[in-house]
Amino acid sequence: MAKSIQQEFIKGLWDEIPPFRLVLGLCPVLGVTTTMENGIGMGIATTFVLVCSNILVSLLRNIIPSKVRIACFIIIIATFVTVVELLMQAFAYGLYGTLGIFIPLIVVNCIVLGRAEAFAFKNPLIPSLADGLGMGIGFTLSLGALGGVREILGTGSLFGNALFGSSFQPFTFMVEAPGAFVCLGIMLCLMNLIGNK
Amino acid sequence: MGDYILLAIGCIFVNNILLAQFLGNCPFLGTSKKMETAVGMAMAVIFVLVMAGIITWLTDTFILKKFELEYLKTISFILVIASLVQFVEMFLKKSIPVLYAGLGIFLPLITTNCAVMGACLINVDKEYNFIQTLVSSFSFAIGFGLALILFAGVRERILLCRVPKPLQDTSIGLITAGILSLTFFAFKGMV
Repeated sequence: MAKSIQQEFIKGLWDEIPPFRLVLGLCPVLGVTTTMENGIGMGIATTFVLVCSNILVSLLRNIIPSKVRIACFIIIIATFVTVVELLMQAFAYGLYGTLGIFIPLIVVNCIVLGRAEAFAFKNPLIPSLADGLGMGIGFTLSLGALGGVREILGTGSLFGNALFGSSFQPFTFMVEAPGAFVCLGIMLCLMNLIGNK
Repeated sequence: MGDYILLAIGCIFVNNILLAQFLGNCPFLGTSKKMETAVGMAMAVIFVLVMAGIITWLTDTFILKKFELEYLKTISFILVIASLVQFVEMFLKKSIPVLYAGLGIFLPLITTNCAVMGACLINVDKEYNFIQTLVSSFSFAIGFGLALILFAGVRERILLCRVPKPLQDTSIGLITAGILSLTFFAFKGMV
Protein backbone atom coordinates (compact mmCIF):
# COMPACT_ATOMS: atom_id res chain seq x y z
CA MET A 1 0.00 0.00 0.00
CA ALA A 2 1.92 2.99 -1.26
CA LYS A 3 -1.04 5.32 -0.92
CA SER A 4 -1.01 7.56 2.10
CA ILE A 5 -3.98 8.24 4.33
CA GLN A 6 -4.47 11.69 2.85
CA GLN A 7 -4.72 10.17 -0.61
CA GLU A 8 -7.38 7.72 0.54
CA PHE A 9 -9.31 10.63 1.95
CA ILE A 10 -8.86 12.98 -1.01
CA LYS A 11 -9.83 10.43 -3.68
CA GLY A 12 -13.41 10.43 -2.43
CA LEU A 13 -13.64 14.16 -2.97
CA TRP A 14 -12.80 14.30 -6.66
CA ASP A 15 -11.13 11.33 -8.39
CA GLU A 16 -13.70 8.78 -7.31
CA ILE A 17 -16.43 11.07 -6.05
CA PRO A 18 -19.68 9.18 -5.69
CA PRO A 19 -22.14 9.22 -7.37
CA PHE A 20 -20.46 10.96 -10.33
CA ARG A 21 -17.30 8.89 -10.82
CA LEU A 22 -18.60 5.74 -9.21
CA VAL A 23 -22.13 5.55 -10.51
CA LEU A 24 -23.52 3.82 -7.44
CA GLY A 25 -26.29 4.57 -5.00
CA LEU A 26 -28.35 6.62 -7.39
CA CYS A 27 -31.72 6.14 -5.73
CA PRO A 28 -31.29 8.58 -2.84
CA VAL A 29 -29.38 10.92 -5.14
CA LEU A 30 -32.40 11.26 -7.40
CA GLY A 31 -35.08 10.80 -4.78
CA VAL A 32 -34.28 13.27 -2.02
CA THR A 33 -32.47 16.11 -3.74
CA THR A 34 -35.44 18.41 -4.21
CA THR A 35 -33.82 20.91 -1.82
CA MET A 36 -30.27 21.49 -0.65
CA GLU A 37 -31.23 20.83 2.97
CA ASN A 38 -32.64 17.39 2.15
CA GLY A 39 -29.58 16.55 0.07
CA ILE A 40 -27.14 17.46 2.81
CA GLY A 41 -29.21 15.72 5.49
CA MET A 42 -29.26 12.52 3.48
CA GLY A 43 -25.54 12.89 2.80
CA ILE A 44 -24.72 13.20 6.49
CA ALA A 45 -26.85 10.18 7.38
CA THR A 46 -25.11 8.13 4.69
CA THR A 47 -21.67 9.36 5.79
CA PHE A 48 -22.35 8.23 9.35
CA VAL A 49 -23.34 4.75 8.19
CA LEU A 50 -20.43 4.57 5.76
CA VAL A 51 -17.79 5.55 8.34
CA CYS A 52 -19.17 3.29 11.09
CA SER A 53 -19.58 0.27 8.84
CA ASN A 54 -16.11 0.78 7.34
CA ILE A 55 -14.59 0.87 10.84
CA LEU A 56 -16.39 -2.25 12.02
CA VAL A 57 -15.82 -4.22 8.84
CA SER A 58 -12.14 -3.31 8.91
CA LEU A 59 -11.80 -4.38 12.56
CA LEU A 60 -13.59 -7.67 11.93
CA ARG A 61 -11.95 -8.44 8.61
CA ASN A 62 -9.83 -11.26 10.03
CA ILE A 63 -12.74 -12.86 11.86
CA ILE A 64 -15.42 -12.80 9.15
CA PRO A 65 -15.14 -15.87 6.88
CA SER A 66 -15.04 -14.68 3.28
CA LYS A 67 -17.83 -17.03 2.20
CA VAL A 68 -20.49 -15.31 4.30
CA ARG A 69 -18.98 -11.84 4.19
CA ILE A 70 -21.81 -10.20 2.25
CA ALA A 71 -24.38 -11.33 4.81
CA CYS A 72 -22.16 -10.04 7.64
CA PHE A 73 -21.70 -6.68 5.89
CA ILE A 74 -25.45 -6.35 5.46
CA ILE A 75 -26.11 -7.01 9.13
CA ILE A 76 -23.44 -4.49 10.20
CA ILE A 77 -24.83 -1.86 7.82
CA ALA A 78 -28.44 -2.53 8.81
CA THR A 79 -27.53 -2.08 12.47
CA PHE A 80 -26.05 1.36 11.85
CA VAL A 81 -28.96 2.34 9.63
CA THR A 82 -31.32 1.49 12.47
CA VAL A 83 -29.18 3.66 14.77
CA VAL A 84 -29.43 6.58 12.33
CA GLU A 85 -33.16 6.03 11.94
CA LEU A 86 -33.77 6.16 15.68
CA LEU A 87 -31.43 9.15 16.15
CA MET A 88 -33.20 11.10 13.43
CA GLN A 89 -36.61 10.27 14.87
CA ALA A 90 -35.43 11.70 18.16
CA PHE A 91 -33.50 14.78 17.05
CA ALA A 92 -34.53 15.71 13.50
CA TYR A 93 -38.09 14.54 13.09
CA GLY A 94 -38.94 17.02 10.31
CA LEU A 95 -36.08 15.82 8.14
CA TYR A 96 -36.91 12.21 8.99
CA GLY A 97 -40.43 12.81 7.69
CA THR A 98 -39.23 14.35 4.41
CA LEU A 99 -36.59 11.71 3.69
CA GLY A 100 -39.03 8.99 4.71
CA ILE A 101 -38.40 5.67 3.02
CA PHE A 102 -34.92 6.65 1.85
CA ILE A 103 -33.47 6.39 5.38
CA PRO A 104 -34.08 2.63 5.76
CA LEU A 105 -32.98 2.27 2.15
CA ILE A 106 -29.41 3.32 3.05
CA VAL A 107 -29.08 -0.42 3.79
CA VAL A 108 -29.26 -1.23 0.11
CA ASN A 109 -27.22 1.77 -1.00
CA CYS A 110 -24.54 0.25 -3.19
CA ILE A 111 -21.89 2.75 -2.08
CA VAL A 112 -21.92 1.54 1.53
CA LEU A 113 -21.78 -2.13 0.61
CA GLY A 114 -19.35 -1.38 -2.21
CA ARG A 115 -16.83 0.34 0.08
CA ALA A 116 -17.10 -2.41 2.68
CA GLU A 117 -16.41 -5.05 0.03
CA ALA A 118 -13.87 -3.19 -2.09
CA PHE A 119 -11.93 -1.35 0.59
CA ALA A 120 -12.62 -1.92 4.27
CA PHE A 121 -12.46 -5.72 4.05
CA LYS A 122 -8.90 -5.55 2.70
CA ASN A 123 -7.41 -2.62 4.62
CA PRO A 124 -6.57 -1.78 8.23
CA LEU A 125 -8.52 0.58 10.42
CA ILE A 126 -7.07 4.03 9.69
CA PRO A 127 -7.14 3.91 5.86
CA SER A 128 -10.67 2.47 6.01
CA LEU A 129 -11.74 5.33 8.24
CA ALA A 130 -10.20 7.87 5.85
CA ASP A 131 -11.80 6.15 2.88
CA GLY A 132 -15.24 6.10 4.49
CA LEU A 133 -14.99 9.72 5.56
CA GLY A 134 -13.76 10.88 2.16
CA MET A 135 -16.41 8.98 0.26
CA GLY A 136 -19.09 10.18 2.67
CA ILE A 137 -18.10 13.83 2.36
CA GLY A 138 -17.88 13.49 -1.41
CA PHE A 139 -21.36 11.98 -1.45
CA THR A 140 -22.70 14.77 0.78
CA LEU A 141 -21.15 17.44 -1.47
CA SER A 142 -22.66 15.85 -4.58
CA LEU A 143 -26.09 15.58 -3.00
CA GLY A 144 -25.86 19.14 -1.70
CA ALA A 145 -24.80 20.48 -5.09
CA LEU A 146 -27.53 18.62 -6.95
CA GLY A 147 -30.11 19.64 -4.35
CA GLY A 148 -28.93 23.25 -4.53
CA VAL A 149 -29.16 23.43 -8.33
CA ARG A 150 -32.61 21.86 -8.33
CA GLU A 151 -33.86 24.07 -5.52
CA ILE A 152 -32.55 27.29 -7.08
CA LEU A 153 -33.94 26.52 -10.54
CA GLY A 154 -37.10 24.78 -9.42
CA THR A 155 -38.32 27.11 -6.69
CA GLY A 156 -36.08 30.18 -6.99
CA SER A 157 -34.89 29.89 -3.39
CA LEU A 158 -32.09 28.36 -1.34
CA PHE A 159 -32.63 26.95 2.17
CA GLY A 160 -36.14 28.41 1.88
CA ASN A 161 -34.94 32.00 1.26
CA ALA A 162 -36.12 33.54 -1.99
CA LEU A 163 -33.15 34.51 -4.16
CA PHE A 164 -34.78 36.31 -7.04
CA GLY A 165 -37.45 38.99 -7.33
CA SER A 166 -41.08 38.16 -7.88
CA SER A 167 -40.58 38.30 -11.66
CA PHE A 168 -38.67 34.98 -11.56
CA GLN A 169 -40.65 32.14 -13.05
CA PRO A 170 -39.47 28.88 -11.42
CA PHE A 171 -38.87 25.80 -13.60
CA THR A 172 -41.19 23.51 -11.69
CA PHE A 173 -39.86 20.75 -13.96
CA MET A 174 -36.60 20.70 -11.99
CA VAL A 175 -38.13 19.66 -8.67
CA GLU A 176 -40.33 17.00 -10.27
CA ALA A 177 -39.17 13.47 -11.09
CA PRO A 178 -37.98 14.01 -14.70
CA GLY A 179 -35.91 17.03 -13.69
CA ALA A 180 -33.87 14.87 -11.32
CA PHE A 181 -32.66 12.59 -14.11
CA VAL A 182 -31.95 15.40 -16.56
CA CYS A 183 -30.17 17.53 -13.96
CA LEU A 184 -27.92 14.66 -12.83
CA GLY A 185 -27.19 13.77 -16.46
CA ILE A 186 -26.13 17.31 -17.26
CA MET A 187 -23.99 17.58 -14.12
CA LEU A 188 -22.28 14.30 -15.02
CA CYS A 189 -21.60 15.72 -18.48
CA LEU A 190 -20.05 18.86 -16.96
CA MET A 191 -17.87 16.73 -14.67
CA ASN A 192 -16.62 14.77 -17.69
CA LEU A 193 -15.94 18.00 -19.54
CA ILE A 194 -13.85 19.44 -16.69
CA GLY A 195 -12.17 16.16 -15.76
CA ASN A 196 -11.02 15.25 -19.27
CA LYS A 197 -9.15 18.46 -19.98
CA MET B 1 -62.49 -5.26 -7.20
CA GLY B 2 -62.42 -1.76 -8.68
CA ASP B 3 -60.17 -0.64 -5.85
CA TYR B 4 -57.62 -3.31 -6.69
CA ILE B 5 -57.59 -2.34 -10.36
CA LEU B 6 -57.04 1.29 -9.39
CA LEU B 7 -54.26 0.26 -7.03
CA ALA B 8 -52.62 -1.76 -9.78
CA ILE B 9 -52.78 1.08 -12.31
CA GLY B 10 -51.50 3.47 -9.67
CA CYS B 11 -48.51 1.27 -8.93
CA ILE B 12 -47.65 0.47 -12.55
CA PHE B 13 -48.01 3.91 -14.14
CA VAL B 14 -48.64 6.78 -11.76
CA ASN B 15 -46.23 5.83 -8.99
CA ASN B 16 -43.90 3.86 -11.26
CA ILE B 17 -41.21 2.57 -8.96
CA LEU B 18 -38.31 3.51 -11.22
CA LEU B 19 -39.35 6.76 -12.79
CA ALA B 20 -41.55 8.38 -10.15
CA GLN B 21 -40.28 6.89 -6.87
CA PHE B 22 -36.61 6.60 -7.88
CA LEU B 23 -36.13 3.14 -6.45
CA GLY B 24 -33.93 0.56 -8.14
CA ASN B 25 -31.98 2.96 -10.30
CA CYS B 26 -28.64 1.13 -10.12
CA PRO B 27 -29.84 -1.95 -12.02
CA PHE B 28 -31.94 0.37 -14.18
CA LEU B 29 -28.81 2.03 -15.57
CA GLY B 30 -26.59 -1.02 -15.17
CA THR B 31 -28.60 -3.66 -17.00
CA SER B 32 -30.35 -1.56 -19.62
CA LYS B 33 -27.59 -1.49 -22.20
CA LYS B 34 -28.79 -4.68 -23.84
CA MET B 35 -32.33 -5.88 -24.31
CA GLU B 36 -31.41 -9.41 -23.19
CA THR B 37 -30.07 -8.40 -19.79
CA ALA B 38 -32.97 -6.00 -19.30
CA VAL B 39 -35.51 -8.76 -19.86
CA GLY B 40 -33.59 -11.08 -17.52
CA MET B 41 -33.48 -8.47 -14.78
CA ALA B 42 -37.16 -7.59 -15.23
CA MET B 43 -38.20 -11.23 -14.90
CA ALA B 44 -36.01 -11.76 -11.84
CA VAL B 45 -37.46 -8.68 -10.16
CA ILE B 46 -41.06 -9.72 -10.86
CA PHE B 47 -40.35 -13.14 -9.41
CA VAL B 48 -38.55 -11.98 -6.27
CA LEU B 49 -40.57 -8.85 -5.55
CA VAL B 50 -43.87 -10.71 -5.31
CA MET B 51 -42.38 -13.33 -2.98
CA ALA B 52 -40.57 -10.71 -0.90
CA GLY B 53 -43.77 -8.68 -0.64
CA ILE B 54 -45.66 -11.65 0.76
CA ILE B 55 -42.94 -12.75 3.16
CA THR B 56 -42.15 -9.29 4.54
CA TRP B 57 -45.87 -8.65 5.05
CA LEU B 58 -46.14 -11.89 7.02
CA THR B 59 -43.01 -11.04 9.04
CA ASP B 60 -44.33 -7.59 9.83
CA THR B 61 -47.85 -8.65 10.77
CA PHE B 62 -47.18 -11.84 12.69
CA ILE B 63 -43.80 -11.19 14.25
CA LEU B 64 -42.85 -7.51 14.43
CA LYS B 65 -46.27 -6.03 15.19
CA LYS B 66 -47.26 -8.83 17.51
CA PHE B 67 -44.21 -8.44 19.73
CA GLU B 68 -43.91 -4.65 19.22
CA LEU B 69 -40.53 -4.91 17.52
CA GLU B 70 -41.24 -2.43 14.73
CA TYR B 71 -37.88 -0.72 15.18
CA LEU B 72 -36.23 -3.90 13.88
CA LYS B 73 -38.04 -3.52 10.56
CA THR B 74 -34.98 -2.49 8.53
CA ILE B 75 -32.76 -5.32 9.77
CA SER B 76 -35.39 -8.02 9.59
CA PHE B 77 -36.58 -7.04 6.11
CA ILE B 78 -33.11 -7.00 4.60
CA LEU B 79 -32.31 -10.36 6.20
CA VAL B 80 -35.56 -11.87 4.98
CA ILE B 81 -34.97 -10.58 1.46
CA ALA B 82 -31.33 -11.71 1.39
CA SER B 83 -32.16 -15.21 2.56
CA LEU B 84 -35.15 -15.39 0.22
CA VAL B 85 -32.93 -14.55 -2.74
CA GLN B 86 -30.38 -17.14 -1.67
CA PHE B 87 -33.11 -19.73 -1.24
CA VAL B 88 -34.73 -18.96 -4.59
CA GLU B 89 -31.34 -19.25 -6.25
CA MET B 90 -30.68 -22.66 -4.71
CA PHE B 91 -34.19 -23.87 -5.54
CA LEU B 92 -34.00 -22.77 -9.17
CA LYS B 93 -30.55 -24.29 -9.63
CA LYS B 94 -31.83 -27.68 -8.50
CA SER B 95 -35.36 -27.77 -9.87
CA ILE B 96 -35.70 -25.46 -12.86
CA PRO B 97 -32.21 -25.18 -14.42
CA VAL B 98 -33.59 -23.50 -17.57
CA LEU B 99 -34.99 -20.60 -15.60
CA TYR B 100 -31.82 -20.50 -13.49
CA ALA B 101 -29.68 -20.15 -16.59
CA GLY B 102 -31.82 -17.20 -17.64
CA LEU B 103 -32.01 -15.40 -14.32
CA GLY B 104 -28.82 -16.72 -12.73
CA ILE B 105 -26.51 -13.74 -12.57
CA PHE B 106 -29.30 -11.28 -11.83
CA LEU B 107 -30.55 -13.00 -8.72
CA PRO B 108 -27.70 -12.09 -6.32
CA LEU B 109 -27.87 -8.49 -7.55
CA ILE B 110 -31.46 -8.27 -6.39
CA THR B 111 -30.52 -8.32 -2.71
CA THR B 112 -29.12 -4.82 -3.09
CA ASN B 113 -31.88 -3.67 -5.41
CA CYS B 114 -33.71 -0.98 -3.51
CA ALA B 115 -36.84 -1.52 -5.62
CA VAL B 116 -37.50 -4.77 -3.75
CA MET B 117 -36.79 -3.43 -0.27
CA GLY B 118 -38.53 -0.13 -1.10
CA ALA B 119 -41.72 -1.76 -2.34
CA CYS B 120 -41.87 -3.94 0.79
CA LEU B 121 -41.44 -0.89 3.02
CA ILE B 122 -44.12 1.04 1.11
CA ASN B 123 -46.56 -1.86 1.49
CA VAL B 124 -46.01 -1.97 5.22
CA ASP B 125 -46.02 1.81 5.69
CA LYS B 126 -49.35 2.15 3.91
CA GLU B 127 -50.80 -0.64 6.08
CA TYR B 128 -52.08 -2.66 3.15
CA ASN B 129 -53.92 -5.89 3.85
CA PHE B 130 -52.70 -9.17 2.37
CA ILE B 131 -54.52 -8.92 -1.00
CA GLN B 132 -53.51 -5.29 -1.44
CA THR B 133 -49.89 -6.22 -0.71
CA LEU B 134 -50.07 -8.95 -3.33
CA VAL B 135 -51.57 -6.61 -5.94
CA SER B 136 -49.21 -3.73 -5.23
CA SER B 137 -46.06 -5.91 -5.17
CA PHE B 138 -46.98 -7.48 -8.48
CA SER B 139 -47.87 -4.12 -10.04
CA PHE B 140 -44.68 -2.44 -8.80
CA ALA B 141 -42.70 -5.28 -10.34
CA ILE B 142 -44.59 -5.01 -13.64
CA GLY B 143 -43.98 -1.26 -13.63
CA PHE B 144 -40.28 -1.87 -13.03
CA GLY B 145 -40.11 -4.38 -15.88
CA LEU B 146 -42.04 -2.13 -18.23
CA ALA B 147 -39.84 0.89 -17.60
CA LEU B 148 -36.63 -1.17 -17.80
CA ILE B 149 -37.56 -2.84 -21.08
CA LEU B 150 -38.75 0.43 -22.67
CA PHE B 151 -35.52 2.10 -21.57
CA ALA B 152 -33.37 -0.74 -22.91
CA GLY B 153 -35.08 -0.37 -26.29
CA VAL B 154 -34.27 3.33 -26.37
CA ARG B 155 -30.68 2.76 -25.28
CA GLU B 156 -30.06 0.21 -28.00
CA ARG B 157 -31.01 2.89 -30.52
CA ILE B 158 -28.73 5.43 -28.86
CA LEU B 159 -25.79 3.11 -29.54
CA LEU B 160 -26.27 3.79 -33.23
CA CYS B 161 -26.13 7.56 -32.80
CA ARG B 162 -23.15 9.85 -32.46
CA VAL B 163 -23.20 11.23 -28.95
CA PRO B 164 -20.86 14.09 -27.91
CA LYS B 165 -17.97 12.69 -25.89
CA PRO B 166 -18.70 14.16 -22.43
CA LEU B 167 -22.31 13.03 -22.68
CA GLN B 168 -21.51 9.42 -23.50
CA ASP B 169 -22.70 6.40 -21.55
CA THR B 170 -24.28 7.21 -18.18
CA SER B 171 -24.82 10.88 -18.83
CA ILE B 172 -26.94 10.43 -21.95
CA GLY B 173 -28.60 7.47 -20.22
CA LEU B 174 -29.77 9.70 -17.39
CA ILE B 175 -31.08 12.38 -19.72
CA THR B 176 -32.95 9.72 -21.72
CA ALA B 177 -34.38 8.38 -18.46
CA GLY B 178 -35.54 11.92 -17.72
CA ILE B 179 -37.45 12.07 -20.99
CA LEU B 180 -38.94 8.64 -20.35
CA SER B 181 -39.89 9.80 -16.86
CA LEU B 182 -41.60 12.81 -18.45
CA THR B 183 -43.90 10.51 -20.43
CA PHE B 184 -44.81 8.62 -17.25
CA PHE B 185 -45.31 11.97 -15.56
CA ALA B 186 -48.30 12.48 -17.85
CA PHE B 187 -50.14 9.74 -15.95
CA LYS B 188 -50.07 11.83 -12.78
CA GLY B 189 -53.53 12.73 -11.59
CA MET B 190 -55.08 9.76 -13.39
CA VAL B 191 -55.79 7.83 -10.19
